[in-house]
Amino acid sequence: MLEARNLSVEFASRGRRARAVDGVNLAVGAGEIVALVGESGCGKTTLARTLLGLEKPAGGEVFYDGKPLSYKARELKAYRRRVQLVLQDPTGSLNPRQTVYEAVAEGPRIHKLPDEEKVVADALSRAGLRPPERFFLRYPHELSGGQRQRVVIAGALALNPDVLIADEPVASLDASVRGEILALLLRLRDDLGLSALVVTHDLGLAWNIADRVAVMYLGRIVESGPTEQVLQSPQHPYTKALLSVLPESPEKIVLTGEPPDPTRIPSGCRFHPRCQVVFGDCRTVPLQILPAAETQQAACHLLKLDG
Amino acid sequence: MTVAPSASQELEETPVRNGMLRYALSKAGGALLSISMVIVATFFLFRLLPGDPVRALAQGRNMTPEQLDLERHRLGLDKSLPEQFFQFVKQTVQFDLGTSYEYKRPVLDLIGERIGSTLLLTGTALVIAVTLGIWQGARAGWKPGSRFDRFSTAISLVLWSVPTFWLGLLLLMVFAAGVGPIPGVFPTRGIESVDAPDGFGYVLDVAKHMVLPCLTMVAVVYAQYLLVMRSSVLDEVGQDYVTTARAKGLKDDDVRRKHAVPNALLPTVTLVFMRIGFVVGGAVTVEAIFSWPGLGQLFYEAIRVPDFTLMQGTFLLITVSVIVMNTLADVVYHLLDPRVRSA
Ligand SMILES: Nc1ncnc2c1ncn2[C@@H]1O[C@H](COP(=O)(O)OP(=O)(O)OP(=O)(O)O)[C@@H](O)[C@H]1O
Ligand code: SF4
Ligand SMILES: [Mg+2]
Repeated sequence: MLEARNLSVEFASRGRRARAVDGVNLAVGAGEIVALVGESGCGKTTLARTLLGLEKPAGGEVFYDGKPLSYKARELKAYRRRVQLVLQDPTGSLNPRQTVYEAVAEGPRIHKLPDEEKVVADALSRAGLRPPERFFLRYPHELSGGQRQRVVIAGALALNPDVLIADEPVASLDASVRGEILALLLRLRDDLGLSALVVTHDLGLAWNIADRVAVMYLGRIVESGPTEQVLQSPQHPYTKALLSVLPESPEKIVLTGEPPDPTRIPSGCRFHPRCQVVFGDCRTVPLQILPAAETQQAACHLLKLDG
Repeated sequence: MTVAPSASQELEETPVRNGMLRYALSKAGGALLSISMVIVATFFLFRLLPGDPVRALAQGRNMTPEQLDLERHRLGLDKSLPEQFFQFVKQTVQFDLGTSYEYKRPVLDLIGERIGSTLLLTGTALVIAVTLGIWQGARAGWKPGSRFDRFSTAISLVLWSVPTFWLGLLLLMVFAAGVGPIPGVFPTRGIESVDAPDGFGYVLDVAKHMVLPCLTMVAVVYAQYLLVMRSSVLDEVGQDYVTTARAKGLKDDDVRRKHAVPNALLPTVTLVFMRIGFVVGGAVTVEAIFSWPGLGQLFYEAIRVPDFTLMQGTFLLITVSVIVMNTLADVVYHLLDPRVRSA
């Protein structure tokens, strides 16, 4: 349904080029929830923004329903109705001077949808704000964090999209309301068949809601597959290291070395300066870019040795 | 919008209004306190200035010491300082600003005659400067680092650092005599020609006289509006709600117009009012340079005499209106911003 094919995104950073996304294949199927995990700065947000058409790729393409995304104004606008965005901080995502009604009605107004008031009311109740009329004239600052995030989600739902891209949707919320928002995403998937790409660095969250997980390191997917397989039997040393910091993990693998810098991508396997089990080939022999496959796969020279 | 408020929300309005009223009252109290301090300060400030007003008034005329004493008595300057002070305070709170030493007329009347031209000049200059500054600042801040932004910022930094009187004198020199092929097109003194026609011709005549002083004032104050608006818009550019609006399909121009500019306008306009003193200061200088018959020039002339009561009066009026403007700006800001409204 929504697919990244060999996508790369570059920024100019202090005179150098930073490849924030460097060759990513990723697909989100209909009614599927995919979690994109990885440490800070690995390019998750950039990938999400590019999938939304907010950032233009330096290479590769975004496909939607099998067709490449066009950046012409009219076609991009039509695309906005299909793929919607939910950001981390609901306080920042809402214009503080707009009421809940205005915030949710913005999408329908831009796209000139009929029955604006009904669309807004429906979106609010689907997002769990009931009765919706009670919230129409509220301002964001009068609501709790969880309610605000529901308003943001309602604003996305008002366009009746097929896919939600949620960038750390609960990271700024209290632990007590995180579960509620995640349950809401799951219910939207069940009731409306909504697909979602959920960006997170919380593996527990990925475990709870995702059908599939993609692990990103320095602009590239290093492991992907069904959630249970990837999180219970990780194959890539980086995934193993990420999982080892969970409290229930028996042994901790502490990642050493500098945090990765997208202006200086190491040769060979990009993870080799920090890898526990690095060996000869890793430093020089480049790895293939993983395809957008359903089954578990990892980009690591070790696996080739095994197989 | 076509949505009626629900009953529960109407109930909640009351505490919000009360909070606002309390806020407005506390601000008004603060303003009153400042004004009283200004009254006290004004009195002593102008008595510290060098120069004997009676001698200054007597200049050019032959007066015996007895006549000088008589004049001093007439002006109340022979009383002790505390006596003069209480007299001054008593009159001021009754809106009696005293009688000008020089003009021998009530200061309030003199102010009344001049205030119109000042309001005309500063009002026009402010409207132009605010409109231009906000428009240009919004565009510059929306695309930081763009050519338009660099150009705007450079211009405003230059204008900001140029002293008002220097720019005024430059314009005066260029347009009084004309430079090279540029003839002296605009009048450089006063508000009207001696032989000004009536009706529409008169309006045109005043407008022509206003061009240079107005240009000077606009040039000097518009830079700060531009820079303030630029930085306010810049604060909004990276906000998540701007991204969210884009992701919903709003055109870039509309995102700026509907989200960024309104939100940036509030802090900008407040700041504009808070810095109104800057404009007033500029007006005094500009009026003096172009002999514009307004309050600024009145004040300037009063200093040269020195005419204590006239100085006090104009100074008080100007200071008090700055305080009132600032207070109003503060209260209006709170009234308009839903975040602080009920906080
Ligand atoms: N607009 C930009 N200009 C220049 N560099 C950028 C820009 N946006 C992101 N980057 C760089 O791209 C890299 C990836 O950033 P990105 O925000 O995508 O990471 P992330 O995985 O979302 O991190 P986090 O978990 O902290 O949100 C970082 O090194 C960042 O500095
Ligand atoms: S390829 Fe080598 S360095 Fe890279 S993850 Fe595998 S073992 Fe580690
Ligand atoms: Mg991010």
